[in-house]
Order: sequence, then C-alpha cells, then structure tokens
Amino acid sequence: MTTTPGFPVPNRPEEGGSGPRRVWKGLPGYNVAFLDEVTKRMIRRTILKAVAIPGHQIPFASREMPLPYGWGTGGIQITASLLGPDDVLKVIDQGADDTTNAVSIRNFFRKTAGVATTTRTEDATVIQTRHRIPERPLREDQILVYQVPIPEPLRFIEPREEECRLVHAWADYGIMYVKLYEDVSRTGRIATTFDYPVLVNGRYVMSPSPIPKFDTPKMHRMPAVQLFGAGREKRIYAIPPYTDVKPLDFEDVPFEIEKWSQCCALCGATDHYLDEIVTDDAGGRLFVCSDTDACARRRAEAARGSSGNR
Amino acid sequence: MTSAYQRTSDVQPEETEPVLRAVRLSHFYGKRVGCADVSLDLGPGEVLGIVGESGSGKSTLLRCLSGWQKPSRGRVLIRREGEVMDLYALEESVRRRLLRTEIGVVFQRAEEGVRMRVSAGGNIGERLMAEGVRHYGRLREGARRWMERVELDPERLDDLPSTYSGGMLQRLQIAKNLVTEPRLLFLDEPTTGLDVSVQARLLDLLRRLVREMNLSVVMVTHDLAVARVLAHRLLVMVGGRVVEEGLMDRVLDDPQHPYTQLLVSSRLVA
Repeated sequence: MTTTPGFPVPNRPEEGGSGPRRVWKGLPGYNVAFLDEVTKRMIRRTILKAVAIPGHQIPFASREMPLPYGWGTGGIQITASLLGPDDVLKVIDQGADDTTNAVSIRNFFRKTAGVATTTRTEDATVIQTRHRIPERPLREDQILVYQVPIPEPLRFIEPREEECRLVHAWADYGIMYVKLYEDVSRTGRIATTFDYPVLVNGRYVMSPSPIPKFDTPKMHRMPAVQLFGAGREKRIYAIPPYTDVKPLDFEDVPFEIEKWSQCCALCGATDHYLDEIVTDDAGGRLFVCSDTDACARRRAEAARGSSGNR
Repeated sequence: MTSAYQRTSDVQPEETEPVLRAVRLSHFYGKRVGCADVSLDLGPGEVLGIVGESGSGKSTLLRCLSGWQKPSRGRVLIRREGEVMDLYALEESVRRRLLRTEIGVVFQRAEEGVRMRVSAGGNIGERLMAEGVRHYGRLREGARRWMERVELDPERLDDLPSTYSGGMLQRLQIAKNLVTEPRLLFLDEPTTGLDVSVQARLLDLLRRLVREMNLSVVMVTHDLAVARVLAHRLLVMVGGRVVEEGLMDRVLDDPQHPYTQLLVSSRLVA
C-alpha cells in the first residue's frame, strides 16, 4: 500500500504488538476494506456531519463499488470506512444471514478487510442490514448500517428535488400528511407498511429505508448508532444513540405495527416479524421468522431445554 | 356597485385602510416588460378587476401581488391586524406561512392549483395539514363543510379531481384556498373555458363568499362582462402599464383611454 502525502494511513499494528489486536489482512493489490484511505476519510467526515444533524441527508462522493446499485453500495461504503481489524461484522438481508446479498457482502469484507464475521447479533460490532432491524435489542457498542435505495421521504409526493430541500429546510411537512390522509381515506387506515416516514429528533422527516413498520419503534431511542447509506443517490444520514424517532400519524388514526394470527412455525415466536412462505400449489403456507439468527437461537434454546429435562 | 364602500364606511376607521398596497411594482423578463410601475391599493371587502388583452402583464402583476413572483422592482405591502408587512422582505418561512393562511390564488387552469392525484378531501385539507392539524376526523369534517359551502356534492369527497368537471374543479380550487379563511383572494381568469351557465353560477358563488367572508379580491380577466358582475373597481392595462383606473361604472360609461374605449365598444351585448 502506498502512502499519500498528507493523508496518513492508520497504523498497521505490528505482529506481536501490545494486546491481542488482530492484524489487517487485506486482498493483495487492494487497500484494506477495498476503499482507499482518502475515500474512507471523506465518508467518515460525512458520517460525523450526519450524526451532528440527526435525520438530515448529507451528500457525499459515492464511489463505484464492485457490485450493482441497489445491492447495498451505500451501506458497503459506510461499513468499509468503519471497519477496523478488531471488528466483527454481521450482514443481514431481509433479516436472513444466509441469502445471496448477505453472504456476498460478508465474503467481500472477509476477503478485502480480513475481518471476523458472525451471524450472532450480540457478537457483532458492525451490522449491515437490508430491510430489517435484528429482533435482539442492540447495545451502545454496536453500529447498525442500513442500505437505502431512496433516501428522500418526499420523493413520490414532491418530484422536484429543489422543492424537497426547501420543505426540509423549513420543516414544512404538511405535504407528508396529505399522503397519510389519502391512505386513510382510501383504506380506512394508514396503508404504508414499509419505509414508514419518521420524524427524527423533532426536526427532520426521514425515510427509515424499506424496513417493515414493525421495526420502526425499535429505532426510537436505540442505544446503537444508526447510519444510512444511499450509494446511487449519494446521501448519508444518521440517527445518533438515544434519539427520538417518531412515526408520522394522525391523533385519531395512530401508528400501529403489523400483527399476525399465527406464531413462527419453526420456533413458535409470537413477538418476531414473520415472513409468509408459500409451500405448495394447494394453498399451503407457512409463517416463519424473518430474523434467521433470532429464530435459530430460540430453537437451539428449546432443544437444550427439552434435553435437559429428560 | 357602491355597496362595498357603504359597508366599509360604518366600521372602525382603521378598517378602511387598504389591506394590500403595491408600490411602483415592475417586473421584467430580460429586456421585455412584464408590468411597469404599477401602484394600487385594495381596501377591505373590495373587489378589484384587472382587464387588458393577453400579454398586457395582467398575470405577471397578479403573480407579483400574490407572492409567487418576486418583482424586479417595487414593494408589495400587506396589512394584517394593524401590522404592515412587506411581502418580499419577509423571511422565506414566514412568507410561505403567510401565503397559505392569508392569501388564496385561484388559477385559470385548475391543474396548477389542485393536486390531480390527490382526492378532493386531501386537496381541501392540505393547507390545514400544513398549518399543523393532525386530527383526521376534523380534517375530514372541515373538508366536507367546505364541499357544501362551494356547492359540491359531499359524496364526492374521496373522488379524484380528474373525475371532476371544469366548473367543479374551480369550486374545488376555491374551497382549497379558502379553508384557512384568508382575507385576500386572487383570481386569475377564474371562469375562462366554462360555459355561460356554469360561469354565472360560479360568479354567484364567488360574490356570496366575498360578502360572507369580507374577502378582498383581485381578479384578472379579459372578459368585461365577468368583471362587471363581480368587481367594484377596474384597472385597465396595456403593455404592462396601467392606463386607466376607476370605479366600474365610471370606466364603462366614460372610458378615457383609447384602448378602454375599444374594449367597451367591442363588448358583446349580452
């Protein structure tokens, strides 16, 4: 790795140095975690700005990544700029650790940054996610990185980018409520079930990325810092730890989360977000946890419990 | 036609002060003149008609007066509760708020003023929501009441404006603008493109609302017959300048400027 004058790269810990720190082991010919250090610094500066203004979208010079837009280029760039040799990375896609997107991104960082990876939520220091928040509550020493396709919550109501910025600048969010009003007048309830618009820190209306609204209350005063990266739209925004996150609603039509009539068919959980899976051509269907880690852990605990009783 | 003046004469003296005042308003599009050196006063409850052929700067003047187009020169003053505000010297956020609480604009093409993909109820409620009303039931109640007030069938509250007829769209625009009870209403050719009977009913409605809400109105039209029904005072524009100004009857009976004379004489006898 060459050193750019004026931009010192982080020290590589020497073999046998103090403490049990792991040594960076990247891919030959590439900087660790793929991005060069100047880019990482630029992204870190953007993240600092974003944390300083909760919910406000900060533009950044998004790079080309070795995967297509829509596959998490924004989230990957944030993760790349955050990872250190001691980090443990977990990547989830729609709650699952074993889908293509999650497996690929995990492999990418294992290869380019040599970091340890895990599927266990409590072992991870950095969790990159697409469309879910883990069921297990996160801690202060964890970072949640979201992949965001469309960062602008007003996009489908106000097509003009210039006008969107003015609306944010003046916190003139009446137009968001027109959308909610239309939902209620057509369906009798707020029909938005994912990417539910939230008010962050009482100031900015923000898109929480396409997480189900089941997860929206988890964002409220979360101990972990939440970072949002949109690679194609070149925006980063953030929710600092313990920040108020309030879903928009009407006084007489309050925000509600999804409910299921059944429990998870695999682990029996009643408080997890469930996916509906079609099992045959005869109308057979199954409800299972979307968070594979939480589901597997519940089943393992149940198995341990029953074998202990025997 | 003098009723407005009789009404304003018996209220408090400060109530007769103009609610809107334009001071030497000019707007240029590059070198071309939109409007030049227009000064006018609008009293409470007064309806001012602006006539002139197309391209004479009527619409430019209306846009400047109603806060949607910053004029190249001149000032627009608005009086609210004894306080005089310079419309274009205000902080932008205050101005936006003022525009939706104190001012209504009804466009000739309803598409400009109505969100066509949002139901009638959502359109009427938009200003209320912007003003912080967060109660669905009350929004709906307000929208329903205004549908009735502008003589629209409340059954069509949840219909999209694209299913409305031209006359209904104008009524919807009026309801949408008046829901926050502004005191100033700007009408840009509100009846153009409607058939005569629909025009007549819409003008009736406007006249009633102006009286009930004590609205001050600036109405742009190229149709003298429409101006005569609604306006107390008339302003004639040619080439961006005001060439004649006076009470409705005076201008119609005794036009001074050659263009006004032409306009009055070419009027179709209804």
